[in-house]
Amino acid sequence: MAEIRLETVSKTFGALAAVKDVTLKVDDGRFFVMLGPSGCGKTTTLRMMAGLELPTAGRILLDGEDVTTQRAAARDIAFVFQLFALYPHMNVRHNIAFPLRCQNLPRPEVRRRVEETARLLRIEALLDRRVGGLSGGDRQRVALGRAIVRRPKAFLMDEPLGALDAEFRRLMCGELRELHDRIRATTVYITHDQLEAMAMADRIAIMKAGMVEQIGTPQEIYDRPRTMFVADFIGAPPMNLLNLETAVHRGDRRLALDGGAIEVPEIQEDRPAGPLALGVRPEHVSLADAAALRGRVFGTEYLGTMQIVTIVTAYGQVKARLSSKTAVQRGETVGLALQRDRLCLFDAVTGRALQSALYNGACRG
Amino acid sequence: MGRAVAEVALVEVSKRFGAIEAVRALSLAVADGEFVVLLGPTGAGKTTTLRLIAGLERPDRGSVCIAGREVSDAPPAARDVAFVFQQYSLYPHLSVYDNLAFPLRSPARRLAEDVIRRRVQQVAELLHIEHKLGNRTTALSGGEMQRVAIGRALVREPAVYLMDEPLSSLDAKLRAELRLELKRIQVELGTTILYVTHDQIEAMTMADRIGVIDAGQLLQLDTPRAIYERPLNAYVARRLGMPAINLIPAELLGGASPAPQVHTIGARTEHLRISTAHAAGPVAQVHWIEHLGDQNHVHIDLAGHPLVTLADPNQPLKVGDRVSLELADPLYFDKSGNRIDVAGL
Repeated sequence: MAEIRLETVSKTFGALAAVKDVTLKVDDGRFFVMLGPSGCGKTTTLRMMAGLELPTAGRILLDGEDVTTQRAAARDIAFVFQLFALYPHMNVRHNIAFPLRCQNLPRPEVRRRVEETARLLRIEALLDRRVGGLSGGDRQRVALGRAIVRRPKAFLMDEPLGALDAEFRRLMCGELRELHDRIRATTVYITHDQLEAMAMADRIAIMKAGMVEQIGTPQEIYDRPRTMFVADFIGAPPMNLLNLETAVHRGDRRLALDGGAIEVPEIQEDRPAGPLALGVRPEHVSLADAAALRGRVFGTEYLGTMQIVTIVTAYGQVKARLSSKTAVQRGETVGLALQRDRLCLFDAVTGRALQSALYNGACRG
Repeated sequence: MGRAVAEVALVEVSKRFGAIEAVRALSLAVADGEFVVLLGPTGAGKTTTLRLIAGLERPDRGSVCIAGREVSDAPPAARDVAFVFQQYSLYPHLSVYDNLAFPLRSPARRLAEDVIRRRVQQVAELLHIEHKLGNRTTALSGGEMQRVAIGRALVREPAVYLMDEPLSSLDAKLRAELRLELKRIQVELGTTILYVTHDQIEAMTMADRIGVIDAGQLLQLDTPRAIYERPLNAYVARRLGMPAINLIPAELLGGASPAPQVHTIGARTEHLRISTAHAAGPVAQVHWIEHLGDQNHVHIDLAGHPLVTLADPNQPLKVGDRVSLELADPLYFDKSGNRIDVAGL
């Protein structure tokens, strides 16, 4: 078991600053997800945790011990790549046993640990099968078995499900999280898929251009994004960002629109006139004939229980998640009500969220 | 020609590869201007069906008609179709303009350059890539490349577009954007599209009609809403819906069964009412709440049988809560999985 801590860690490759001043802590036994688009520095950060890259600056601590310059092999961490790397000529048992054989463990010990691992993954019945004939899911389980059989202090996983199709990925997410709940090993998991992150993580760190944008529980990040980047990266469809141009003052509870106003959580800072973005999640938009915010329906996407309706307004495009029972016609003009206590406001130049009652917890419920 | 004319018609088409029957007696008609999506898992026979229509495979039995003409024996070039593949398959050494113009410059067409220019310009505008026409395709993002690939099919005006998971190599956000755009373009131009995917969201959001396909057979062909609300059987019911429909053995729900032949009850989120008050009805326990942000899934244990439903944001549930379940107009299936129409009993 292990706690992983990064203190102002940076990494440059030539002129490129891949990771800039990252400080974060992964608590013992937690499932920690680093999420971001390709090139955001998440893989480099993970490789530094593993000891596969040396930081240019900063410290890495494993259970309080400074391991910054320690080699990968000395860190007792398992690195899981895309899960498919199995030895095709060996059976399941030998594939799982391989890392233990490399450590020259006695045979009975190897046997015991392999069987225990197979039980954990519920693949006991497959132990003597050849890897070649297994289904995709079983191959993934065997690959995972090979990583956990060593019982390392921590797992570092780099997009292990990246190569799978959506439906299967969803299934494996559930299994990985359940496995984590059974063995409770500290896990750092990298992905660019926000749904994977939301489904599995205890905490998520969202990265952009080498820096951490926000760290929090999935719910915090979803409900109270600290930047426009986070707001736009999380959610399917993501948060709507409406372009406004106005000044706001401490204590304001409404924003002026042409022909009306929108109520917002109480604003707790002053800002001179300038571009703002009003953030609203699709599920917090509803149709209301009398609403001041109006737009034209551009399209509807039927999803069974729900539908996504895209509406073009004077302030930008809005997607609303509505019940499929709501009748909406392409081309018709509708009024939009926004759920007041869930709205975010961003400085559209810096991308930073403005302080409001939403962020200080005074507005919920 | 009226809208009733089938642009593509398959009649009892079968295709076998060695021991595998990839397509089995499949009949399907796509009307002029219609967007039909074939939905099924890997290996269901979706791609083979497209290839049979395109003329890239020959059927063992049955016939293929395009625009009213029997083409079962015609070579691909003689069929009036355009194929969009999952991979972009663009010419990397050519500009976006030349990639788009390429199909129009084939010796069989001999179109004048100004006609070509007009068509390319029109399609580029439709796809919002008009500012990229001078770029090399290698300098494009993934979304732009796939737009060019779709554009290359659109510059021609074939009777039907065949699309094989054209969005599946894109990231989630781009996929969502292109989904909406592809549908808009199809509506604006009135084009006929037969599209295959394993992604139920693509099928639900774009299709006029969905064909659910499995093991080479077309199980049901109908509008997304009809398939979602009135699936032919439990397999089809599971293909659509997020979270997936709960298939509950009827005996676990005691008195909920309206007819003796009901074996399984299919309950989607909208068919399940959960109350924490001790109402009548079967009692279950909240096992896990999965916060996916826009959707929070509640996992419930009903006498050892797991159920998943959407959390109601106005009803805060906690892990361990004991709840009673009430069903509202669920679906009913018989022993072999076929849906029983209760209204018809």
